[in-house]
Amino acid sequence: MTANPNVNAAAPVLQLQDIRKTFGGITAIENFSLEVRPGEIVALVGDNGAGKSTLIKIISGVYTPTSGTITIEGESVAMSNATMARAHGIEVVYQDLALADQQTVYMNMFLGREPVNGFGLLDRRRMINETEKLVKELDVRIPSAHAAVRDLSGGQRQGVAIARATHWASKLILLDEPTAALGVAETAKVEEIVLSLKQRNIGVLIISHSLDQVFKLADRICVLRRGKQIGVRETDKTDKNEIIAMITGLQQH
Amino acid sequence: MPSANTSAASQANSFASRFNLQQYVVYFGFLAIFLFFAIVLKDSGFLTVRNLSNIVLQTAPATIMAIGLVFVMSAGEIDLSIGSTVAVAALAAAVTVNEYGLVAGVLAGIGAGLLIGLLNGALVAYVKLPSFLVTLATMGLFAGVARSMTDLRSIPVTDSTFTGFFGSGVFLGIPSLIWWTAIAVAVGHIIYRETRFGAHVLAIGDNARAASVSGISVPKMRLAVLMISGGLAGLAGLLYAGRLQAAKYTLGETDLMTVIAAVIVGGTLLNGGKGSIIGALVGSLMMGMLNNGLILMGLSVSDQMIVRGLIILAAVAVSLREKSR
Ligand SMILES: Nc1ncnc2c1ncn2[C@@H]1O[C@H](COP(=O)(O)OP(=O)(O)OP(=O)(O)O)[C@@H](O)[C@H]1O
Ligand SMILES: [Mg+2]
Repeated sequence: MTANPNVNAAAPVLQLQDIRKTFGGITAIENFSLEVRPGEIVALVGDNGAGKSTLIKIISGVYTPTSGTITIEGESVAMSNATMARAHGIEVVYQDLALADQQTVYMNMFLGREPVNGFGLLDRRRMINETEKLVKELDVRIPSAHAAVRDLSGGQRQGVAIARATHWASKLILLDEPTAALGVAETAKVEEIVLSLKQRNIGVLIISHSLDQVFKLADRICVLRRGKQIGVRETDKTDKNEIIAMITGLQQH
Repeated sequence: MPSANTSAASQANSFASRFNLQQYVVYFGFLAIFLFFAIVLKDSGFLTVRNLSNIVLQTAPATIMAIGLVFVMSAGEIDLSIGSTVAVAALAAAVTVNEYGLVAGVLAGIGAGLLIGLLNGALVAYVKLPSFLVTLATMGLFAGVARSMTDLRSIPVTDSTFTGFFGSGVFLGIPSLIWWTAIAVAVGHIIYRETRFGAHVLAIGDNARAASVSGISVPKMRLAVLMISGGLAGLAGLLYAGRLQAAKYTLGETDLMTVIAAVIVGGTLLNGGKGSIIGALVGSLMMGMLNNGLILMGLSVSDQMIVRGLIILAAVAVSLREKSR
């Protein structure tokens, strides 16, 4: 059972209104509106090139929308870079993970936010301790916090990116195909972590091409087709056939 | 064989090869060359304290340039203009120190280096031109500037405080050039290894997009590393002018290849993301020792160049092998 009884009571952590994004002449997103509430998991589905990653990048501040408003906890924000989104408690697991391969796991965990001691020098002890603690909590099996990311497997790398996001997020996590490259066990692990975010009252917007996964995790499903928002359905009140029809634009029989 | 075992084994293997090869090659190389010369040249004065300390004194400017280049290369950029910067800075310092005294001379030398770094950095960071092309152009440009500054004339530096401070002076029994080397290496190492700035340099060289979405300003960092390199090349210019008690447009002319070699042999990757200041120091001392030993062996200048070139080739081969793994 994934529906959360408190979900509808709380004010949305993220509110998108009439978002539109064009690249030169191409309209990547238009007329997009969506709300994500604390502790709610919303899935974003659509075919390749539908505009899902673009939408994630708009919310995370990498792209500025051509028009439309983004509201975070009731406050309208204009974000022009990723730092601002992070300051609002939004973390992203990008499709390419955004890891610095030759650096250690703990440096990646703290990339851009490294703690320093009284002399202004890196507090490695603290980074290592916190990384080890987190890795244990999330049961991400990596050889050591000192390992270079390039020496990790695909699943372990994904684990590091997700651990980083869950460590820093206070309101919202955006996941762009977090299990696309993973095996069965790793996928289950990631799904478990995503579900556990509900307890922390963090909103989740997850992109996935797996409808099984979407129906397992999401409270609501939002369908995009060629940059257009086709509709939003509560998971309990829809089925795969309807979602597939919405994604493809064809009726299923 | 079960696949889990195989992958564990290959992982252990790759750890071992990285551990041995890239990081420590410079120390083994240094030792090997030292032992070779110590044996072959034991009657030619290689092992005397005087000769060995001379090697350190002579490599001081190259070591200082190498520190700057570690920052630049770790950030995934390159600075080919350091040799020309040395000449411009030395000449600017020499002219100014004779005219306006010590402080003005120092400011002129370092300032010239920083300005060239600023020009390189602005073109790379904000006009978004590749650093290879930008610094290739400014290398030629400032070589020309250095020639025209004093019409190819050599400028003597007569200020004895200046030449003592940057050249022949001794403080607490240790030559000033060794002080400069030690301070630059220590400060450079701490900034590189132990500060957020150093971590961000490595991050942008490793994955600029990841660094950027992590809130690191990639353009600012690119500007900063090229200014560090320019400023340190300026300091190297002062050291040349101080030691030789004169400045000339030819200073630093042949240093670029030596410095790049020292940095790469020292374990800094050509494509960024990984490097070592201490490695660059040892690499630079190794190149200095190589020069010194080859001269003592009586090799002609052309043979010296060939041997040096071969060593650089070997170093680059090791570096690239490491990267492509
Ligand atoms: N920076 C850009 N410049 C121009 N066009 C872009 C840019 N980024 C995305 N697009 C275009 O916008 C559209 C949506 O791309 P997007 O990456 O958001 O799709 P997606 O839904 O994430 O697809 P996938 O499932 O393959 O990851 C595509 O047509 C793409 O070519
Ligand atoms: Mg995508």
